[in-house]
Amino acid sequence: MSALIVEFTLNGSPATARVMSSGSALDALRDELGLFGAKSGCEQGECGSCSILLDGAVVCSCLVMAGDLQGLVVVTVEGVAGDEIHPVQTAMHEGGAVQCGFCTPGIVVAAVDLFERIPHPTGEEIKEALAGNICRCTGYGAIVRALQELSAGSGT
Amino acid sequence: MTTRTHRRAIQVEGTVGESPLRPDGIAKLQGKFAYAQDLESEGMLWGATVRSPHASATIESIDIGPALSIGGVHAVLTASDVPGRPSFGLEHPDQPVLAGDKVSFWGEPVAIVAAEDPDTARLAAAAVKVVYREQVPLTDPEEADLRDEVFRRMRIRRGDQDVSGPVVVEGYYEVGMQDQAPLGPEAGLAIPDGQGGIDLYATSQFVHVDHEQIVASLGLPPEAVRSHPTGIGGAFGAREDVNLHIHLCMLALHTRRPVKMVYRRSESFAGHVHRHPARMWYRHTADAEGRLLRVEARVVIDGGAYASTTAAVLANACYFVVGPYRCDSVSVDGVGTRTNNPPCGAMRGFGAVQVCFAYEAQMDRLAEALDMDPLELRRRNVLATGDVMPTTGQLITTPLPTAEVIETLRAMPLSDGDQSVLPGGSGLTSELRDVVRGVGYALGIKNLGFAEGFDDYAQARVRLTSEGAIVETAAIEVGQGLVTVLAQIARAGLGVSKAEVRHVDTSRIDSAGSTSASRQTQVSGGATLEASTRLRERILGHHHGDDLTDEGVWRSGALVVPMEELTREAWEETVTFRHPPTEAPNADGQGAVHADFAVAGHRAVVDVDPELGMVKVVRVDTVQDVGRALNPGSIRGQIEGGIMQGVGLAIMEELVMENGVIRNPNFTDYLLPTILDAPDVEAVLIEEDGSWGPFGAKGVGEPPTISSTAAVAAAIRIATGRQLNRVPIRPQDISMGDR
Repeated sequence: MSALIVEFTLNGSPATARVMSSGSALDALRDELGLFGAKSGCEQGECGSCSILLDGAVVCSCLVMAGDLQGLVVVTVEGVAGDEIHPVQTAMHEGGAVQCGFCTPGIVVAAVDLFERIPHPTGEEIKEALAGNICRCTGYGAIVRALQELSAGSGT
Repeated sequence: MTTRTHRRAIQVEGTVGESPLRPDGIAKLQGKFAYAQDLESEGMLWGATVRSPHASATIESIDIGPALSIGGVHAVLTASDVPGRPSFGLEHPDQPVLAGDKVSFWGEPVAIVAAEDPDTARLAAAAVKVVYREQVPLTDPEEADLRDEVFRRMRIRRGDQDVSGPVVVEGYYEVGMQDQAPLGPEAGLAIPDGQGGIDLYATSQFVHVDHEQIVASLGLPPEAVRSHPTGIGGAFGAREDVNLHIHLCMLALHTRRPVKMVYRRSESFAGHVHRHPARMWYRHTADAEGRLLRVEARVVIDGGAYASTTAAVLANACYFVVGPYRCDSVSVDGVGTRTNNPPCGAMRGFGAVQVCFAYEAQMDRLAEALDMDPLELRRRNVLATGDVMPTTGQLITTPLPTAEVIETLRAMPLSDGDQSVLPGGSGLTSELRDVVRGVGYALGIKNLGFAEGFDDYAQARVRLTSEGAIVETAAIEVGQGLVTVLAQIARAGLGVSKAEVRHVDTSRIDSAGSTSASRQTQVSGGATLEASTRLRERILGHHHGDDLTDEGVWRSGALVVPMEELTREAWEETVTFRHPPTEAPNADGQGAVHADFAVAGHRAVVDVDPELGMVKVVRVDTVQDVGRALNPGSIRGQIEGGIMQGVGLAIMEELVMENGVIRNPNFTDYLLPTILDAPDVEAVLIEEDGSWGPFGAKGVGEPPTISSTAAVAAAIRIATGRQLNRVPIRPQDISMGDR
């Protein structure tokens, strides 16, 4: 194990982290930078709880080496709306799409990315966008309904 | 029938019957809600666990030297370092805190380490040299039964044992080992208080029972340890048993530093109990009109290496062996075996799931033998209020709307359902022309609350302060919405709209019992209602008022004590709620062993590719007996989530065992339903007064999981003509199974 210094853009601001060469971007975010929004659920890219936006693409941060963050643009759940509440978050809250909430930050990140790419996604597009996020509590119904309502109602 | 008259809920914003939004919803959506794995403390060390690679072995030696010599390692502890009782257990303390002279299951903890960072802790764990002498593991529950390696045997005999009839259907069924797979792995933080005690923040469903086991193994007086409720990423039964709790406290006491531990997913699979795999033999005898004359069953569930809750799960499986049907001649022999498989314990449904898969397959076979509609056969046998339980002989005094469940389910429109996703997923696996559709039904029944004479209680405290009503409890919020519904109940009892739930540690309140057995809405809800009602009465009595609202105390239409003035005084009520007592069974399994029951029914629509063996569960419609729907939105969440877990057990979820070793302890190989696997769900709630829960509410968490598995299996049988006597149903069972 050796330590590296990586510099990248984190939620709109420059960030520097001393990371273990063996560590993941998720480890760097949680253990070095104190951002606990991305969750560690499976360490192998199956559950999507650790999803972040890396240069604008949704990735599982547990599968990205921390050293590879150098020079990239990272947005975590903490950064999707700044100090505001994102419409995706409002829709999921009002739609009862949160139970234990452990999968929720990853789903928020994937859904924010979806609505940026496709302002009015269909049910199919919603399911496809969230196919990499496992939720063990809700059975997904409330999540799909909440995002469908947002799709039908959002003005952009 | 003894129907209770329920208190009228006070109509105030956010009261019962509404679906107010979760108080923790926005924090969870913003990533700000603190789960156990997110906790930190100044100067904190990280823990890791050394686990057995064998299902059965003697431990010849343990050398901690190489691990201790690694820089940054502060402690390596083994069995001899356990200060108090060397073992723990939810019902019987038979599981070593750390294995001493032998290991009895794959993944059993042997040593624990604390180090400066998680990587060093894991390196140190890997450096502990344990010399094992492998033994041949006992993994076959039948073999264990023959050797009398058992946790409990159940014998139920009710009615004339010599009944015969014209129609006899026999079957053998198996249920594989399912995992709760809560999304948040086990995690915790233990902080020494500087006076020899500990504050523990760890994943749990039942902090008071953790606390009992922790202080026993630490050899500390109860007041030295405080177990704090903390943020939980799901549970479903996986967090009833102690796993990392005592380890964390030992490391923190030894190093005098805070210690954090987070299980990885593979470790989580080894670190918590699973749903019991089951083998079941059934013989149903009926008359020509389809009335059940006799049900005989043998039920074998494997408890694995240690007791956990196997005795209670076995009892439940045996008590509900017939399902929600009348029958006056019943014989059940059950056994919960001890093997070298991973320990099994609580999972949503708790024994009722396994037998439901079997008895509903039997009911379908009986219907086929009689050439009768499967729902009609069930209707002719419905168990209702005023009947006795077919197994225990207990008179059913609370509402049991089995007939309404059947009629409502039958009347629900059967829509075509979405076929945009075909069996095999969204790729080009199946073609529409090869796909066969099947529709299947199942009903399930389960008890609510603890049984067999267990003193089942929950304490809650309600305070009225300048911040509004505050409900204090140690009942664990696992995601189900307890923090929402207890606040609703407090509003409905007290009459003020501002109410919130605050979790307090084990030193500040008595037990709420476990967040399990679908019980918290009824028992912690019952305590909250009683406390808030008494507090209202006391406040009104003290100030000679006739109404209490957000504004304050009113008398004859005039505000006499404004809220600000009222709450200058401390107002609080603490109530311990007990449900109606239950009794232990006699030698024939007879007695009033249960406090309440709930029924539900499911109709599954599946598309199957019979050649590829692929299944898409298109929709699952359900009718559920809920007593009173205190929060319809949350109930729908429980129903949809519970159905998804039932679908998982039906077609994909299984821990694959080989000589006691779990071969798929990760989310790549243990398949969980994704959003593309989710069926559409339509749910109808049956409400009826008379249960003892607050305002007549029944627990709602488990029924969605009980009969959904059986309904999916029934639908696949209809589509394929295969017998399919085992869940999860695998592709090869569909393409090559017995007809």
